[in-house]
Amino acid sequence: MKKILTTPIKDEDLASLNVGDVVYLTGQLVTCRDVAHRRLIELKRELPVDLRGGAIFHAGPIVRKKDDGSFEMVSIGPTTSMRMEKFEKQFIEETGVKLIVGKGGMGPETTTGCLENKAVHAVFPGGCAVLAATKVEEIERAEWQDLGMPETLWVNRVREFGPLIISIDTKGNNLFEQNKARFNDKKSAIVEKINSQVRFIK
Amino acid sequence: MDKESAVQSLTDVMAKFTAYIGKRLPTDVKAKTAKLRAAETNPLAIAIYDSMAENQDAADKLDRPSCQDTGVIQYFIAAGAKFPLLGELEEILLNATLEATKKGPLRHNAVETFDEKNTGTNTGSKIPWLDWEIVPDADYALIDVYMAGGGCTLPGSAKVLMPGQGYEGVTEFVFDVITSRGVNACPPLLVGVGVSTSVETAARLSKRAILRPVDSQHPNENAALMEKLLEEGLNEIGIGPQGLTGNSSVMGVNIESSARHPSTIGVAVSTGCWAHRRGKIRINADLSYDILSHEGVVL
Repeated sequence: MKKILTTPIKDEDLASLNVGDVVYLTGQLVTCRDVAHRRLIELKRELPVDLRGGAIFHAGPIVRKKDDGSFEMVSIGPTTSMRMEKFEKQFIEETGVKLIVGKGGMGPETTTGCLENKAVHAVFPGGCAVLAATKVEEIERAEWQDLGMPETLWVNRVREFGPLIISIDTKGNNLFEQNKARFNDKKSAIVEKINSQVRFIK
Repeated sequence: MDKESAVQSLTDVMAKFTAYIGKRLPTDVKAKTAKLRAAETNPLAIAIYDSMAENQDAADKLDRPSCQDTGVIQYFIAAGAKFPLLGELEEILLNATLEATKKGPLRHNAVETFDEKNTGTNTGSKIPWLDWEIVPDADYALIDVYMAGGGCTLPGSAKVLMPGQGYEGVTEFVFDVITSRGVNACPPLLVGVGVSTSVETAARLSKRAILRPVDSQHPNENAALMEKLLEEGLNEIGIGPQGLTGNSSVMGVNIESSARHPSTIGVAVSTGCWAHRRGKIRINADLSYDILSHEGVVL
């Protein structure tokens, strides 16, 4: 059966989740990426959206403005989460956000932020932006439109948005860090094997 | 056809082709991801491959860009010296980008540096980026369109090795880049490696390398061997789709090279994500065209 999280998300909704689990989201999902993070953390500006118990999406979508002034979600996939590593721990503390959706892993600071504040990071498969757009029921609002299409805070109502693969859980586990350690363990033997065959300078 | 209508006609073709490649993957990339899916045994990796295939079907049916990041638009041009619209091509490709941005629609991805404002048109100083090669005596133009997305651009790296580090240093550089930053760049990746004399020559060649077909080979025997060894070695690491582990890491490794200074080995890596959106079109002297990267296209 599909495990579905619904906003507002409570601490207990996340307690049993482990890295590698697959979940889906129903409720509100707000796009939030580089400049929005910088504005909150470095420029101390208040976010125009209340994220307590909420979910953010590291994403910069393609949105079409319809004739009646409303917006249509055309294509929305995740962007590289690691770019937000510098800000995310503090972002979690200040906003009370519970679910961070993006692409690829995040680092030790975010892992600590998730552990201390009971939040999770999850991966939506990168490049699957039309699949994601079909799970957006409506764009409810658009904030900070001065930032341009990719960086605007698009407030989406989503239904069973996923698959979301938990990459950082509330217990301090980080799936990508575990995977990277595995990759690095294998690396030197493989490199050595290749290098015995590429000594072209003689 | 007079010159004005010729310019209009080619602008229209290039606008449509630019928008098209954001929605449908090239034939070689599609075939390769299907092949990797068939060979995959990790259940989570299989589920991701299936999401990828489902996404491409939806993009085709709904006529939408398959990935939201339609990139900075780059054109790699090999133009015949006798191509009739040689002098007009720059303006044609600028207008094609503007038009494709509306038609696609494409995401607005040109931020004017130092002013730090998104232009909202996908055009800006030196954008779309044009890379030129002149083909002596030819009367056609070969144009590669590439959508340089943020995710697959981020791992890009170049440096100059000392000859003592040799091709062994090249291997280490490629593995370091792919196992650290490549993991987040939507694998399985197409890895382009430039082996050359300085940073900018190696970087340009590494980008040219990912414009080559996924399963193509370098004409030099040693370079082709190195492509094969790097591909097998990276796959042995088992990065898997989205970096979540699996039986493969890459769609392929392509090397492009030049001669080098005896004291230097310039090396660079460029990566293409699994949604490697590039297209190759040949414009003939009479402005008829052949699309070489995608089968069965109707613009």
